[in-house]
Amino acid sequence: MSEFALPEEAAALPEILPPAVRRGRVAGFVLQHPGIAIGGGLIAVMTVLALAAPWLGTVDPQSLDPANMLIVPSAGHWFGTDMLGRDIYSRVIYGTRVSLVVGFVVALLASVIGMAIGLVSGFFRALDPVLMRVMDGILAIPSILLAIALMALTQGSVGNVIVAITISQVPQVARLVRGMVLGLREQPFVEAAIAAGTRTPRLIWRHIVPNTLAPVIVQATYICAVAMIIEAILDFIGAGVPPIVPSWGNIMAEGRALWQVKPFIVFFPAFFLSVTVLAVNLLGDGLRDMLDPRLGSRK
Amino acid sequence: MLSYIVRRLLATIPVMGIVALFVFSLLYLAPGDPAAIIAGDQATVEQIAKIRASLGLNQPFVVRFGHWLWQIVHGNLGTSVFTGQPVSAMIAQRIEPTLSLMVLTMLIALTLAIPLGVIAAWKHGTWIDRAIMIFAVLGFSVPVFVVAYLLAYVFGLTFRLLPVQGFTPLAKGFWPFLGTLVLPSLALGAIYVALLARITRAAMLEVLAQDYVRTARAKGVGQGGVLFVHALKNAANPVVTVAGLGVALLIGGTVVTETVFAIPGLGTLTVNAILERDYPVIQGVVLLFSFTYVLVNLIVDLLYSVFDPRIRL
Repeated sequence: MSEFALPEEAAALPEILPPAVRRGRVAGFVLQHPGIAIGGGLIAVMTVLALAAPWLGTVDPQSLDPANMLIVPSAGHWFGTDMLGRDIYSRVIYGTRVSLVVGFVVALLASVIGMAIGLVSGFFRALDPVLMRVMDGILAIPSILLAIALMALTQGSVGNVIVAITISQVPQVARLVRGMVLGLREQPFVEAAIAAGTRTPRLIWRHIVPNTLAPVIVQATYICAVAMIIEAILDFIGAGVPPIVPSWGNIMAEGRALWQVKPFIVFFPAFFLSVTVLAVNLLGDGLRDMLDPRLGSRK
Repeated sequence: MLSYIVRRLLATIPVMGIVALFVFSLLYLAPGDPAAIIAGDQATVEQIAKIRASLGLNQPFVVRFGHWLWQIVHGNLGTSVFTGQPVSAMIAQRIEPTLSLMVLTMLIALTLAIPLGVIAAWKHGTWIDRAIMIFAVLGFSVPVFVVAYLLAYVFGLTFRLLPVQGFTPLAKGFWPFLGTLVLPSLALGAIYVALLARITRAAMLEVLAQDYVRTARAKGVGQGGVLFVHALKNAANPVVTVAGLGVALLIGGTVVTETVFAIPGLGTLTVNAILERDYPVIQGVVLLFSFTYVLVNLIVDLLYSVFDPRIRL
């Protein structure tokens, strides 16, 4: 390439153009999709909080200090302390980890499993009625109730909470993907691929899956938000992760008995949970509008 | 019309079957041997085996499922491990607060959400629309217990307008009954209002772009008439669908709302049953709620034909 004169000529152009174009792109993107920018930004902040929790002026979130229980927010304890003298600021910051892990992992697992079921159901007509009836059955049980019932069978742990919430969310994705597959199968490009002799696995992987991804990603963000809320609810009613684990739901559960006199115990985790869920929802709405404008105007 | 109803009814049978199978598996898989619990600590292995045989616990899964289903169909949900009471009686005692809470929530939510959605669609693109939509996103994101505590703190503790906690049965007077339910209903309804306002706006936007709406305007129908007669009726189906699906949120939300407001309903029964690992009670509540949910969505399916007579064909 370098022996031709062409690259140098081409290189002369970008010198004038790129800076303006690039800046315009970022600013333009933010202006056009404020939801993605704000939501994504907040999620990034939360992720940093979760990763950097030990270095953010926190103490051991599980260390008890009965001499300093129920201190109101002050310079020593920014968010106060709970009934056992644990520092609420530290517990809230460490709690970010539980919420984010549960939200992200459930969103990923439910998307992958739901997509697999949806693809199988849409492609192999013999399995479709059975799979979809099972999905309908799971959908018929309100997801919080389903997660509660599943948690009643096992020990409280982050892994079990993730499994319980994932099971309740898989049918959403499976139904969505199955519907899209049924539509895509009628599309000329899929028929052309079949006529050209494309084998089913390759057809699914190359032609069907890429066309279902955008709505699945949008759905995954909503599942992430729902999973965070359900996780907090499970902890709050005592069916989630063990009480010693610093999670937002657990902190609220600890503050429940005292909320009329010490409302700050409930306030801080509630605030963090709301902001995080809001960020994920904003990101989801923004992605939906960006990836599928037609869907965005309708819903 | 009749064949439509029959088809819908038949379609719910396999769904209920799966739900029943799932709920039965819950008890089947539950840790702990009921026979050993009944026999007590001093029982010999033979005694436990005898009790197990008398309870039919040594029979295969399918036989036990069939037997259990037969009992359920006859209204027998088993007995609580903890209190020894029949589960159906425990549910009956606690159904009033939960049912009142859910009905009031739906009433408040529908009267708030539908006008909000219609206004947002009518003022599409203006600050009114944007404000309503921001409220809707907030309603989605702020979890039910956060709204509950906020409302209880502001209206219950700070201004002392309404009771902070507890429940007064209807038998003790309508106003005290309503007073204890207003805050829980608002808390529970926030997400439902957000959901319905959003779908109403979306459905209205679609309908308002139709030719018959322009025709109605052209022949001089007023703004209110266009919005609420011509447009809303045709936008009703998606709204009704989402209203039915949203009942799942209400059911899940009651568990939390009742806990925050200390309402002795099915939600608190569920929470206590979880803490005590009282599987027959969990089973009964899950079954009842799921059945209600399926029933509500069956009614929604039947309502379609009311709003859109084309479906009857």
